[in-house]
Amino acid sequence: MNKELFEYVLRVGDDSLILGQRLSEWCGHGPILEEDIALTNIALDLIGQATNLFEYASQIEGGKRSADQLAFLRFDREYRNLLLVEQPNGDFGDTIMRQFLFDAFRKPFFERLTFCTDMQLSGIAEKSLKETKYHLKHSSEWVIRLGDGTEESHNRIQNSLDSLWRYTDELFFENDVDASLLNEYHLPILSDVKQEWIKNVENVLNEATLTIPNNNWQFKGGREGLHSEHLGKILAEMQYMQRAYPNMEW
Amino acid sequence: MSKKEWPLWEVFIRSKAGLNHKHVGSLRAADAEMAIDNARDVYTRRSEGISIWVVPSAQITASDPTDADALFEPANTKIYRHPTFYDVPDGISHM
Repeated sequence: MNKELFEYVLRVGDDSLILGQRLSEWCGHGPILEEDIALTNIALDLIGQATNLFEYASQIEGGKRSADQLAFLRFDREYRNLLLVEQPNGDFGDTIMRQFLFDAFRKPFFERLTFCTDMQLSGIAEKSLKETKYHLKHSSEWVIRLGDGTEESHNRIQNSLDSLWRYTDELFFENDVDASLLNEYHLPILSDVKQEWIKNVENVLNEATLTIPNNNWQFKGGREGLHSEHLGKILAEMQYMQRAYPNMEW
Repeated sequence: MSKKEWPLWEVFIRSKAGLNHKHVGSLRAADAEMAIDNARDVYTRRSEGISIWVVPSAQITASDPTDADALFEPANTKIYRHPTFYDVPDGISHM
């Protein structure tokens, strides 16, 4: 089994799964009907991506665990998602800013992943890219309107940006997993992704009259399984049924 | 918190190329761009369409229901306006 590739696929899959789970918490609680549906549509796109990626991860592992088992029966230290995606929904502005910072990363990431030499992974990237383009459009439009909206909306989404900025360095985390796969698989070079990310983020934030915080303190650890306390609570809710009634299906 | 509501938009969807846009419903949105996004999420989730129009509901001028007699009654007695009095020759299909 290719351990590094397995790890890499889990990273992408866990980002989608955990953010999808987070967004689905909005179901029935959206600020307006239209936005309630929009957020849950995005949640479903992300869960769909996670399904494809976990099915592939399961294959790489030789079928030892099914996609469902990978999603629902790992412990928190085994999840490889970014700290950003596990942060609480907060208010609508917090959710939108978290989504924007993530989507702005995902788009250039998937664009490059479509060129990777692993056919499964490039196929998943191609499908996910179409969804991600819409997610980014949706979150960008909202960041601009909230930032350049009323004094109240401006201040609140500036606060969201200030508190989420510290999780953005981790988007570009790399370790020996990347190093060992990069050449063989033509995976995205994250420093290139970062250049495009910062350009797009700056453009949208400028239009939204928002300011990137000076505070340079950055958190990381998610990619290595060291999570914030929030992930435990997400997993407690997400895994409850499988833990309480093992192998249940519906 | 103010209870001011966003403007209402009428949504038209073209289900496939060659067909016309059809009114499917309405929604609220802050501006036209967001109305398109919302329409995409609310009305095309099950692949209902390939093109969306949104129009501010305030821009629509409607006929007055109390004028219905004056507007529509006269047409009721003019069945000759329907091309139903022709014999279609055998062998002509798609009529």
